[in-house]
Amino acid sequence: MTVASQPIPGVLAGSAARVSSLLGRPQGRTETVGKALTWLCGGALAFNLLLVAAILTLLAWNGMSYFWQRDLVEMDLKDGRKILGEVWEIEKVAKVKAVAGQPADTAEAAIDRIRMKIGNRDVGGLDFVWLDSKDVAARTRPAGAVLLERLEWGNFYGTMQELRSQGKVLASGPEAVWKAFSPLHARKIRELAQIHDLEKGKIGDVNYDIEKLRLAERKLELENLPAGERSRRKAAIDAEIAERQGVYDRLAARLTTLRERFSAETLVMRTATGETKEMPVGTVLHALRPNEMGTFSKLRVYAGRVGEFIWQDPRESNTEGGIFPAIFGTVMMVFLMSFAVAPLGVLAALYLREYAKQGFLVRLVRIAVNNLAGVPSIVFGMFGLGFFVYLLGGSIDRLFFPESLPTPTFGTGGIFWAALTLALLTVPVVIVAAEEGLAAVPRIVREGSLALGATKFETIRRVVVPAAAPGILTGMILAMARAAGEVAPLMIVGMVKLAPTLPLDGKPPFLHLERKFMHLGFHIYDLGFQSPNVEATTPLVFATALLLIVVVTLMNLVAIALRNHLRRKYAGSAV
Amino acid sequence: MTETLSAAPPAPAAAVIDPATHPKVENPILRVEDLSLWYGEKKALNKISLDIPEKQITAFIGPSGCGKSTLLRCINRLNDLIDGVRVEGDIRFEDGSIYDPRLDINALRKRIGMVFQKSNPFPKSIYENAAYGCRIQGINKKRDLDDIVEKSLRGAALWDEVKDRLDESALGMSGGQQQRLCIARAIAVEPEVILLDEPCSALDPIATARVEELMQDLKTQYTQVIVTHNMQQASRVSDLTAFLYLGELIEYGPTEKIFINPMKKQTEDYITGRFG
Repeated sequence: MTVASQPIPGVLAGSAARVSSLLGRPQGRTETVGKALTWLCGGALAFNLLLVAAILTLLAWNGMSYFWQRDLVEMDLKDGRKILGEVWEIEKVAKVKAVAGQPADTAEAAIDRIRMKIGNRDVGGLDFVWLDSKDVAARTRPAGAVLLERLEWGNFYGTMQELRSQGKVLASGPEAVWKAFSPLHARKIRELAQIHDLEKGKIGDVNYDIEKLRLAERKLELENLPAGERSRRKAAIDAEIAERQGVYDRLAARLTTLRERFSAETLVMRTATGETKEMPVGTVLHALRPNEMGTFSKLRVYAGRVGEFIWQDPRESNTEGGIFPAIFGTVMMVFLMSFAVAPLGVLAALYLREYAKQGFLVRLVRIAVNNLAGVPSIVFGMFGLGFFVYLLGGSIDRLFFPESLPTPTFGTGGIFWAALTLALLTVPVVIVAAEEGLAAVPRIVREGSLALGATKFETIRRVVVPAAAPGILTGMILAMARAAGEVAPLMIVGMVKLAPTLPLDGKPPFLHLERKFMHLGFHIYDLGFQSPNVEATTPLVFATALLLIVVVTLMNLVAIALRNHLRRKYAGSAV
Repeated sequence: MTETLSAAPPAPAAAVIDPATHPKVENPILRVEDLSLWYGEKKALNKISLDIPEKQITAFIGPSGCGKSTLLRCINRLNDLIDGVRVEGDIRFEDGSIYDPRLDINALRKRIGMVFQKSNPFPKSIYENAAYGCRIQGINKKRDLDDIVEKSLRGAALWDEVKDRLDESALGMSGGQQQRLCIARAIAVEPEVILLDEPCSALDPIATARVEELMQDLKTQYTQVIVTHNMQQASRVSDLTAFLYLGELIEYGPTEKIFINPMKKQTEDYITGRFG
């Protein structure tokens, strides 16, 4: 027993050591380092995820809380003033420096400062006001307080006083006016829609026609025609213009009557301080009594506001209303860019990978392509301006649109030039990804096609490109993500603060490539730094940024879905 | 051993025809004549001459790197795709040279089909794989293609297994099925010769047996040339066997003779597993 349990020196000792090393060896240095490295890598990843989560939360919280209707609060100040509005922010001010002439105690105590949105820009001039909490004598939430969202001058906070129709009083007193207001307001909103339709629809069409006829007339002057022919044609055009002008006059007269009817009924509002303000009922978009609303109706208002933000045009130099044109412009520009960059990048990659003799020159080209991806985007913008807008656009204008000159048509920034500029910017990404996709198609698959008598071109077209399609699409996804987020180069090739028309509409030729467009990225900058009412638009900056992320994500999801569909179709294929 | 030793020593001059490498071949469809091939500086084939009979199975055996696949790929000129390849000598296919500069190489490859070592179905549906060669030739009528696809899949003994999922991706099939699909793809264009480059090296024994069975069935219509590492396979399927070693043709003759009574000691050593 004792003998068996005693290891024989020199023979069993070694093997016992080996066994123990497999079972319960104390951790060596390598394992400790390995473990630490694992934690380090995991930590780095977690930190990155945390950052992304923080960004999204920040954007979502700041952006989305803007649309929530707060209660209206009336502050009775110690000096007798009354202020009605929404409390936006309460700021702790640690210590106020003692200033000569002030009581000593204000210099000591930490005080709250309250930022209130008081609206009524047409009465008081300012949207926001700062209050010291120590100046507030009483806070109430008056039940009858009304918030009006208006077409002009921003919000109005106050109480309803009277409803008038051409000087005649229809209703008087807060409750009576509130009851009579809703049906009247619904009618006025319909009238407003009529006016809008007439202006943008029929009158817009007539104006468009007249403008086209004017251009036709101008073109006639530029053409070399016999005098008789010219005057005959000119007379025809003039007759048409006169006819259209007649239509316009009739429509304009109708518009005037509509407008008169529209502003016949007015609403008289009283502010907290007792001033009254009379405004046409139709200029009010929404009237709310937030202090009487439950959570459910507030949620409905919330959903409505988010919907308006997404689907409506901006108002009041982008400080109010929606951002639909910016969403539309961003998506359409990325779309156009994809159509430009896909053939350009894929064909270049095909030549580099499949046809070009691999050697020094091809290596040089590859290096150049990779470097192109690193060129600052504003440089591409300058190239776009110089080459596309001035050179190409200018030539197109001289050749095809001489009648509009000196007003440029294509010779100024537009969505087409912006898309082409971004296509140049993103083409290296597509080339690199497509080349990798092509390289990953095994040689044996190509040989299989060649062995069946297919030519090289047929092999590439029927076998190699389909097999590399998922890889090519990955490149497209990267390119689209980059293009959607790019702002700097677009500022000089066609992006504007406010575009009056969308680049796609119902007037032939439907797709107006020369038009300027709005973009979410620039809209963020505009709201945040160029706005006349920065305080009001700051939350919109966050909401717009959030929307930009959502739009980019949606576009990528579509592309990824397409790629996965292709992958499933060629299950187990090269990429 | 003594027999092989007493066999004729290597021919001293090209004029003397070596019976070890020049058996009597009836109806040759392909004649390889003094074929040498260089990959850059490296000589891979050295003056190989052999005749390949019509509608029989000819096997190339030999250790790795002996040049048997290279020789096979010369027959449909697939080596042309590799940079730095130089060929001397000639291969005659039905009395025309395949190295004739006027020859349409794609037309040649339509007549000489090939099945590869690793199954290489295209990333397309089973149907489109079988129809590929015909589409290349401009046959696009649905009815014609349906017929051809069915005929070739039946010919490759695959029809019953896949007839209900012709629209599924070929890459979802098993390895054996994929290889038979590649054979179907090759016979769909009705070539005269089918080259098989180690077609079973990646297959399990059951799938291998099915491919070998298929080769016997195809013998009535097609000339087949197979490269294989597997000597049992060569002895099972082929009518003639060529043994290559270091780019030289060592021995060529009827399969039974090569395997039972080889003329060269090197051949015997290889097939009995003494080297290789």
